[in-house]
Amino acid sequence: MRIFDPHIHMTSRTTDDYMAMAAAGVRAVVEPAFWVGQPRTNPGSFADYFDSLVGWEPHRASQFGIRHHATIALNPKEANDARCTPVLDLVPRYLAKESVVAVGEIGYDAMTTEEDTAFAAQLAMAVSFALPALVHTPHRDKKRGTERSLAVVVESGIDPGRVVIDHLNELTIDIVLEAGCWAGFSIYPQTKMSPDRMVEILKRYGTERILVNSAADWGRSDPLLTVRTGEAMLAAGFTPDDVDKVLWRNPVDFYQQSGRLNLAHVTEPAASFAGSSIARGGQ
Amino acid sequence: MSATVPGPEPRWGIAELRAALLARDGGDWLRRAEAEVNNHPDAVARLFAEVPRRLAPHPVAGWPAGVAGRAVLLAALLTAPAGGPDRLVDLYRYADSGEKLAILCALPELPDRGELTAVGLPLLHDALRTNDIRLVAAALGPYARHLGPEAWRQGVLKCVFMGIPLAVVDRLSERADAELAVMLHGLAAERLAAGRDLPADAVALLRSLSGPTTAREN
Repeated sequence: MRIFDPHIHMTSRTTDDYMAMAAAGVRAVVEPAFWVGQPRTNPGSFADYFDSLVGWEPHRASQFGIRHHATIALNPKEANDARCTPVLDLVPRYLAKESVVAVGEIGYDAMTTEEDTAFAAQLAMAVSFALPALVHTPHRDKKRGTERSLAVVVESGIDPGRVVIDHLNELTIDIVLEAGCWAGFSIYPQTKMSPDRMVEILKRYGTERILVNSAADWGRSDPLLTVRTGEAMLAAGFTPDDVDKVLWRNPVDFYQQSGRLNLAHVTEPAASFAGSSIARGGQ
Repeated sequence: MSATVPGPEPRWGIAELRAALLARDGGDWLRRAEAEVNNHPDAVARLFAEVPRRLAPHPVAGWPAGVAGRAVLLAALLTAPAGGPDRLVDLYRYADSGEKLAILCALPELPDRGELTAVGLPLLHDALRTNDIRLVAAALGPYARHLGPEAWRQGVLKCVFMGIPLAVVDRLSERADAELAVMLHGLAAERLAAGRDLPADAVALLRSLSGPTTAREN
């Protein structure tokens, strides 16, 4: 089983996690910029964080043979803090970086007007940088938050096939697939989805335009729940090719739309990473 | 997890807390700190942090001693000749979680010449963005009367989401409205899909907000 985790916050994880992930077949990850738990109070704090997402963390991942890409954005929660909104001026500098494969996480937290502004502005950046967009859906008032997110996506003019709406569940998948967006599912203990519920969704909706991630972060989460979902799929009668599609080819297809996904020599040992090939999109 | 915040009924004002604290171990220190803040407001940064380790630890009228003592210093800061509400912004910016909690708890009791809300309200919003249950709970106390309905509803929903007892929410039954019911229904549906329940206090709130028909169905 080869795994591409399309949404995981490795900054918050240990080398033990990297080792376990590599041993279980995780070969590529995308780390979206998000809230780090402790609120930030100035744009410089974000600049250092973004630097880490395109610098130190890819290096750390490479030590375990895992390819690391990032998405960059001012997240919805911190978009509400006036001290942080100047980050919107910093984001374009990082969207230009080689390993940045989408704008994200953008979207809604509490659905405020400040979040409206940051969301729309960053979708416009996605259009101008020809990057996909990763849209977080809120923990609270999720269904209406998802509906409102889709309306903003339509308004922006971005191709819905370049947008993933994330953290979905049984109640929010229909409208997302109907809108032509990708449907992201975070398999996360307690608060989001479980492997078994995910399998039921795959039985009902099939494997097209579906992304499965662990969203593992600083909370009580598990970076191996992608693997557990693959195992649950096999146990439920899905084929190894189905599993490969959901857990590898789908995220590759989605992020390849950036033109920047670099998976060359992805199974080779870390030592070859630093000066590795610039070939794009190879599997 | 417990989300206890000070403020038993009836709530003691800062004058009563101050009188009680001054009469206990650490009272001399508090009196000197108060005078120092009054004369040199910059001194509050260090003194405010020191309060819990300077005062006798047992609570006063339901307030942890450190929170009560810090409330006293905040009142001194606001009324000092060179003090004022803007000083709170800087203090909160560099506050640790315990200091933030004290500021949030003290807000409803602090002297206000009409300028405090402009400073205090952004602090509530800041607290409601955290995932610290103590800060979220404190932000939904009496000072939440200044929160607009959207932010207040999001705060209540966040309590349910995080398992904070709704008893911390000031004027809950008075402010809860049909829009909050819609949001709670949405969360209940998600929990159902996940095979999980809403906390009992949220179920009770939802029932109280539903019309007679729904109540009978339940």
